[in-house]
Amino acid sequence: MELFVFGCAALMVLIGAVGVITRKHPVHAALSLVLTLFGVAVLFVIQQAHFLAAVQVIVYAGAIVVLFLFVIMLLGVDRVENLRTEPLTNQRPLALIVSLGLVGVLVAAFATGSGVLHERGAGLIIPDSATGSDANTIQLAESIFSQYVVAFEVTSVLLVVAVVGTVLLARRTKDSVMESPK
Amino acid sequence: MIGFALAPTASWYLVLSAVLFGIGTFGVLIRRNPLVMFMCIELMLNAVNLSFVTLARQLNDINGQTIVFFVMVVAAAEVVVGLGIIVAIMRNRSSVTADDLAELKG
Repeated sequence: MELFVFGCAALMVLIGAVGVITRKHPVHAALSLVLTLFGVAVLFVIQQAHFLAAVQVIVYAGAIVVLFLFVIMLLGVDRVENLRTEPLTNQRPLALIVSLGLVGVLVAAFATGSGVLHERGAGLIIPDSATGSDANTIQLAESIFSQYVVAFEVTSVLLVVAVVGTVLLARRTKDSVMESPK
Repeated sequence: MIGFALAPTASWYLVLSAVLFGIGTFGVLIRRNPLVMFMCIELMLNAVNLSFVTLARQLNDINGQTIVFFVMVVAAAEVVVGLGIIVAIMRNRSSVTADDLAELKG
């Protein structure tokens, strides 16, 4: 059963990822990205990371992709990009070599490191009928709000800084409109 | 028994995340539209998140999932700032390829 779900989710992830880099239209690329993000959410669910799967769907597939689509529409860049011509000579073969080499290095690292992948944590509570269906969320919340509470508070500062900075960056003031023609 | 033998192990998930990371790298290197390059960076972030969750299950440790939570928060902030920069740069331009951003070229 897990094999079947893994196969379907892996197909979703890979088809979506290839779609992101091969679709000429930016809107189509963004919709392929949704497919990949949902596939990753399914992979989170079958690995008992239920809370992260929900956050993945809400934050990534919901907020971030909508933000991408919004910017595409706002800038009016929803034009078809010509992918036939290479802007730089030999760029694509070199990029292919670099990415395949990166995948090879990662897989080699996983292969050599697989011997030390044994249990060493305090224990991951698997949600079932005995522990309750929200056991994963409870355990994650206990980790975040006890051991990592300082980091959690710092992320709130980070989000405020990001929002204020983006408003300043994207705002068109009267001064900048008057200065820009110079 | 066969179904148990064919259950995907952690290596399958890790190899899938490596392939996803490679696809994202390839996209960043070949695409010229800044928005699509940004989407490829999201692919790479998701590949890393997938490997974190896999290792959290494999090592029986909740900290892997905790760090994925923080990665998601930082990724959301990064997307907001990045798209703000792209909007600020691209507002007064007609063309939108990364090759055109060469004002600082000596």
